[in-house]
Amino acid sequence: MKRSKTERTLITISVLFIVVMLVIPLISVVYNSLQRGFAFYVESLTTDYVISALEVTLLATIIALVVNTFFGITAAWAITKFDFPGKHIMTTLVDIPFSISPVIAGLAFIMTFGRMGWAMPYIDELSEWLGTDIQIVFAIPGVILATIFVTFPFVFREIMPVLSASGRDEEEAAALMGASGWTIFFKITLPQMKWALLYGVILCTARALGEFGAVSALSKTRGETFTLPLEIDALYQSGMADSITAAFSVSSLLVILAVIVLLLRTFIEYKAKKNSI
Amino acid sequence: MRTWFHRQQHTSRVIPGFGLTMGISVTMMSLLVFIPLASVLAYSLQLDAKDFLKLITNDGIRNSFVTSISCSLIAALINCVFGLILAWVLVRYEFTGKKLLNGLIELPFALPTAVAGITLSKLYADTGWLGAPFAQAGLAIAYTKIGLTIALIFVGIPYAVRSIQPVLEKLDPSYEEAGNMLGAGSLTIFRRIILPELRPAILTGFGLAFARGLGEYGSVIYIAGNSAKNQTQVVSYVIMQKLNYVDYASATAIALAMLIIAFAVLFAINVIQIRQAARTV
Repeated sequence: MKRSKTERTLITISVLFIVVMLVIPLISVVYNSLQRGFAFYVESLTTDYVISALEVTLLATIIALVVNTFFGITAAWAITKFDFPGKHIMTTLVDIPFSISPVIAGLAFIMTFGRMGWAMPYIDELSEWLGTDIQIVFAIPGVILATIFVTFPFVFREIMPVLSASGRDEEEAAALMGASGWTIFFKITLPQMKWALLYGVILCTARALGEFGAVSALSKTRGETFTLPLEIDALYQSGMADSITAAFSVSSLLVILAVIVLLLRTFIEYKAKKNSI
Repeated sequence: MRTWFHRQQHTSRVIPGFGLTMGISVTMMSLLVFIPLASVLAYSLQLDAKDFLKLITNDGIRNSFVTSISCSLIAALINCVFGLILAWVLVRYEFTGKKLLNGLIELPFALPTAVAGITLSKLYADTGWLGAPFAQAGLAIAYTKIGLTIALIFVGIPYAVRSIQPVLEKLDPSYEEAGNMLGAGSLTIFRRIILPELRPAILTGFGLAFARGLGEYGSVIYIAGNSAKNQTQVVSYVIMQKLNYVDYASATAIALAMLIIAFAVLFAINVIQIRQAARTV
């Protein structure tokens, strides 16, 4: 097929842009991480700091995933299956965590649960009553809250348009024939949105594993409350050549994950398209 | 009329679970998002207007706003140009590797910001793969506003492409054919027929990329250098700095100003989308 000059130029520009802006950085992480050989690579992934960071990251991610999936499904159900005033405002408000700086998210929890926060006395009272010492800011609960905050809209964002497009005729018919809410959800709504839901969950996972700004404001103890991105930051900031390479080694873990997310996305999009035809 | 209204009401609530799902959603939104944000608001509103203005117009803070806003604007503009080209190529042309290209666009969504930050910083440093040729020509990229803008282009590109692409896919080709039959050149068709149709989508992409750039932290702090003298501190960095110095008054004042800008952008995007929806129906 012969291509016009504009077509050739535009394709070339696009490919060049993507290669320079996205592909070279990706290759560079892997290259930098392996600079000191494979033994060093494995060694830098198995330090106590990295293992602790991995545990904290996984814990925060799993909790954020459960909370946000639950929220995403209930909110999408409320918004797409019913009409009520303020629906548009609610849809917009859900997006807020997307459009504010992650550092402000961290600040928000400090101003709520920190030394200056209004909720601090209540938490202290609760701690006393329970006989424990509940710490939120600069502790694991803060990390979890920050992770939930920044990934809050992801699942909702992905399933809302799908549910909105599929309408509510089938659910209404089922309800009129006497099906219960759960039956309607599992037999009709869930199959309609399963690919979008899966993609939302994947995106939420990727973002939760990689969150930096918000968690950074709320987590100050390396080896205890640090997540993987914070550990990468600590290694990189130390400035020594060895630890910079180690920072890239830890980064490569997250890069592999990012590539898996992209592959799954392409697969899911393909599946969803095939289903809709 | 009355009975019709009642029936309408009734049929729209055949599906069960409205109270339950609505209650859960609103409670979760309030507890996890709004109450924490309201705490920032409540604290910053304790400052009186004069103190607030004094804090915000402090040299370092004002410079960080100028830097964040100007670099995000430039990055968003560049993203709109490349976003339009990429969306066009992905929708209108067929070529090998198109699927791969399409998949790669989402990379900045999937890649943690800190990883992107250290990688770009290394890449554009004087000794880096992409920084070295420029350094030889006497142009430093890392630790300047150019580097900062490149990082913002990196994080913003998927927003621009994904806003324009679906609209371009749905664009009815018959108008272009009509234009062609009437003897319009391809540039005229693009400028007079396609561009007006895409304008809301381009503006949305611009707004999203700008909003994201304005709040960006992880991917810019390594490449920016964060020097007050060279004015390469972004707003998020300054908030974090104030937090580390336990200067909550300044941190919340800056955050309030940022929230106002972010809400204005979000509001503008929504107005554009509502108008677009009203036009297409």
